Amino acid sequence: MVNKSAPAVDVIDLHVRRGKHPVLHGLSVSIPRGVVVGLLGPSGCGKTTLLRTIVGVQVVQSGTVTVLGVEAGSASLRHRVGYVTQDASVYDDLTVRQNLQYFRAVLGAPRSDVDRVLALTDLISQAGQLVGSLSGGQRSRVSLAGALLGSPDLLVLDEPTVGLDPLLRVELWTLFHQLAAAGTSLLVSSHVMDEANRCDRLLLMRDGEILADDTPAGLLASTGTEDTEGAFLALIARHPSVDTSDGIAS
Amino acid sequence: MNPQRTLATAGRVLSQVRHDPRTIVLLLVVPSLLIGLLAWIFSDTPVFATIGPGMIALFPFIVMFLVTSITTLRERRTGTLERLLSMPLGKGDLILGYTLAFGLLAVAQSAVAVGFAVWVCGLTISGSIWLLLAVAVADAILGTTLGLLASAFARTEFQVVQFMPALVFPQILLGGIFLPRDQLPDLLRIISDWLPLSHAIDALQAVATDSKDAAYVGGELLIIGAWIVGAVVLGSVTLRRRTP
Repeated sequence: MVNKSAPAVDVIDLHVRRGKHPVLHGLSVSIPRGVVVGLLGPSGCGKTTLLRTIVGVQVVQSGTVTVLGVEAGSASLRHRVGYVTQDASVYDDLTVRQNLQYFRAVLGAPRSDVDRVLALTDLISQAGQLVGSLSGGQRSRVSLAGALLGSPDLLVLDEPTVGLDPLLRVELWTLFHQLAAAGTSLLVSSHVMDEANRCDRLLLMRDGEILADDTPAGLLASTGTEDTEGAFLALIARHPSVDTSDGIAS
Repeated sequence: MNPQRTLATAGRVLSQVRHDPRTIVLLLVVPSLLIGLLAWIFSDTPVFATIGPGMIALFPFIVMFLVTSITTLRERRTGTLERLLSMPLGKGDLILGYTLAFGLLAVAQSAVAVGFAVWVCGLTISGSIWLLLAVAVADAILGTTLGLLASAFARTEFQVVQFMPALVFPQILLGGIFLPRDQLPDLLRIISDWLPLSHAIDALQAVATDSKDAAYVGGELLIIGAWIVGAVVLGSVTLRRRTP
C-alpha cells in the first residue's frame, strides 16, 4: 500500500516548455498530504503549468512527477485527482445539475454525490438553472463542485477564488480546510497575496522557480516582514539570479 | 471504453441540444426547405427526378458536418475537453458518444428530408424507401464523423467553417450531381471514386431508379461505413490527454 506519510505530490527537476518558451526549468517541490498548500506568484510565473503537470495534462520535457505514489497522469489517478481549471470548464447549455450528473457518470461516483457537492458549494437553489445564466462566481463554483465529485484524494485548484466576493471567498477557504481535515490534500493557486494566510503551507513562485516553501508564519519570520507581499518582495531581492538569467535569455 | 460512459456522453450532448430549440428546428427543417426550393425551381422540367436523390444525401451531410465540427471545437476551447480527459473518460467514449447523439439527430433529420422529398415534392422512388433512408442516415453520420475529425485541425470557429468549402465542396462538385460521374475527365473520375459522398449519391440514385440490386447498394453502404470508421479512429487519435 501507499505510504501515508509520503508526500501527496513529489516533483523532481521538472522542465517544461510551452511553445518555444521555457516555463519551468529544473523545478523541484514536495507537497504534503492532508493540508491546504497555497501556490502563490504573479500571473505568468508558471503556476498553471505546474498544476497541469501534476494533473497529467501537460507535455513535459524532463523530470519526474509522482502523485499519490504513482507517476502523474497514470490512469489510476483519474479517479483520485480533482482538477479545477482557471476558467470554469462546464457546459453553459446544461443546468447545474445536468453538468454534475454527467461528470458523476464519467467518474462512476455514487448518484447521491451530486446532492452532496451541491450542498458543499452552496448551489442547491441554482441546481435547475442553466449554467450560462449564472454569475461568474456561481459558474466557478459549479466547476469546483464537479471536481469534488467522487471525493478525490488530491484537489488541484487553479485560482478558484478569482472574482468571488469576500464573503464567498471566506466560505470557500473554510470548505478547503474542512476537506483537508477529512484527509484531502489541496493545492490551491492564487495571485492574490492576502490569501496566503489562509493556507497551511505556502509555495512562492516566480519565473518558473519556487522562491520559498514554508508555513505563512515561518515565511514572515525568516524574511522579517509583516505580510506575504513584503515577504515576496524580500525574497525577490535575495534572488537576483532569477532576474539576471532572465535578462540573458531574452 | 465503457458503455455507461459512452451513453452518458451521448445523453449529455442530446440534453445540450435540447436546451437549444432553434438548432433543433434548423436541423430538422432546413434540409427539407432546400429540397422543396429545388423541386420548385425545376418544377416544369424532369431535372428534379435525377438530382433530387442526390440532394437527400447532400443537405444532411453538410448540416451535420457543420454542427458537429463546431460543437466539438467548442468543447476543446472551453476547457471541458481538458477536464474530461483528466477524468476516467476513454477517448472512444467521447467520440462514440458524439457519434451516437448526432447519429440519432441524423436519423430524425433524414427521415424528415426523405419524407418531405417523397410525399410533398413528389420525388419518385422506385426502390425501397427504407433503403433510401438507410443511405441518407449513413450519409449524415459520415458528415458527423468528418466534422469531428475536422474540428481537431481547427483552432477557431472561423477555421472550422472554412473546412466546409475545403472538404465538402469538392465532394459535391465531383459527386455526380452536376455531371454524371462516368462523364467526368478520367483523373477526376478516379478521384471521385475515392470520395465518400460520390458513393452516397450513387447509392441514392440507384435506389430511386431501382436500377441496381440491393447488393450494389449494400456495397456502397459498406464504403461509406469504412469512411465513418476511419474518421472515428483518426478522430480519437487526434485527442491527446497531454497537450503542450
